[in-house]
Amino acid sequence: MSRQIVIPFGPQHPVLPEPIHLDLVMEDERVVEALPSIGYVHRGLEKLVEKREYKDFVYIAERICGICSFIHGMTYCHAVEGVMDLPVPPRALYLRTVWSELSRLHSHLLWLGLLADSMGFESLFMQAWRLREHVLDDLEATTGNRVIQGVCKVGGVRHDVDDRKLHEILDGLDEIRPQLDDLVNVFVRDNSVRHRLGGLGVLTEQQAWELGAVGPVLRASGVANDIRQTGYAAYDELDFHPVVETAGDCYARTVVRAKELFTSIDLIRQAVETIPEGPVEMKVTGNPKGEFYARSEQPRGEVVHYVKANGTKNLVRFRVRTPTFTNIPPLLEAMKGIELADVPVVVLSIDPCIGCAER
Amino acid sequence: MAYMKRSPWIIHYDGSSCNGCDIEVLACLTPLYDVERFGIINTGNPKHADIFVVTGSVNEQNRQVIRNIYDQMPEPKVVAALGICACSGGVFRECYNVEGGMDQVIPVDVYIPGCPVRPEQIIDGVVRALGVLEEKRARMAAGENAEVTA
Repeated sequence: MSRQIVIPFGPQHPVLPEPIHLDLVMEDERVVEALPSIGYVHRGLEKLVEKREYKDFVYIAERICGICSFIHGMTYCHAVEGVMDLPVPPRALYLRTVWSELSRLHSHLLWLGLLADSMGFESLFMQAWRLREHVLDDLEATTGNRVIQGVCKVGGVRHDVDDRKLHEILDGLDEIRPQLDDLVNVFVRDNSVRHRLGGLGVLTEQQAWELGAVGPVLRASGVANDIRQTGYAAYDELDFHPVVETAGDCYARTVVRAKELFTSIDLIRQAVETIPEGPVEMKVTGNPKGEFYARSEQPRGEVVHYVKANGTKNLVRFRVRTPTFTNIPPLLEAMKGIELADVPVVVLSIDPCIGCAER
Repeated sequence: MAYMKRSPWIIHYDGSSCNGCDIEVLACLTPLYDVERFGIINTGNPKHADIFVVTGSVNEQNRQVIRNIYDQMPEPKVVAALGICACSGGVFRECYNVEGGMDQVIPVDVYIPGCPVRPEQIIDGVVRALGVLEEKRARMAAGENAEVTA
């Protein structure tokens, strides 16, 4: 047996936009074990529910994470609406669906770019982020903000988007479709990409399931698990199939996310074509009492928001279970036996969002 | 040192931000805003950097990390606090694990508020930071301490 050494990775590292620290136990170039330490981004925002009214807390919930911000805000609203048993207008639910899918598009494009960057494929990074700006333009035109939209509220959404604008989004997506095809083609077919990602950081179906993987990490290992199938927002009226791959390596995780771009576009199209007329918000009076679990599919996987209320304007307890947090144990398993130079790629393959994970 | 006037190298660290500002920092590098065409490069090595772009606020665990990055940067150096969290703690200022803005740990030269900051604001902030960098360079050339402010 050769000598073991420990190499610290992070919290400040060129490949990580966010701080996480891993102690890599190495034997020569191979990782034997990875020991994480987190807490660099912990803010403790769950406790803020005691100081903010439940309606105002939406803007804190949106700031759990800047990348999947809309879906956090929406899931929090679903949780509070669940406690209060509010009949949210269907048009609001459809608009939430459209914005969720636009968020997924921008998040997946962002991730594809970061992955390319971690492989040293700089021009591909730039191409992915160039296309992402089109999606951000759509988000900005319909919500007013690029990254943190601030458009969801308890009982609906803050403003309507007229049908003409919704169809303009579709036209815009049609326009970038050929470029998206080209981009995805590189990720799926390019020999160097396949060489870098294939067979790397493998998680078997059983490992992924037992270690609690969620989202694209779980689907890349062959489990067809997509919380959108539970039919929150308007998803029960839209038709889609989860993207599943079976290899469980970094390449499969890339393919899942790349193909989900097209699922998202298709869902936006269905939602825009069938969106009902009507109001987009309802008057919310009184305070919530009771508890509720709301689950949504984020770009990174399942997110659970739990709220508990006692009839006052402040919630008693708020708890978030974020996808990155549950994807860390599968990541540590996937890192066993890889080479040091592959560590950035494997870490990125779970799409780590530390802001979410630590809250 | 004239080469530094227009093309500073930047190091970015996420204190305890929500990512919103951080992905906008990256967006500045990519084709729509593309600051790299001016030779502004996001480096991972503190010793290569002129401007420290820091997002999020201070907590007990990242205090030393921020200090380490700052101390390793060569003079003259400029700190830009990006986003309202880095300026004052922002919406999270009342959280138990948020101690406030970055100026609690390191001297901040440029404050760029916003939640999240837009890429235009970031670029504007970096241009302001360039002015500060130039002042500090001039002070050092005159044999004074770069960090002394009027």
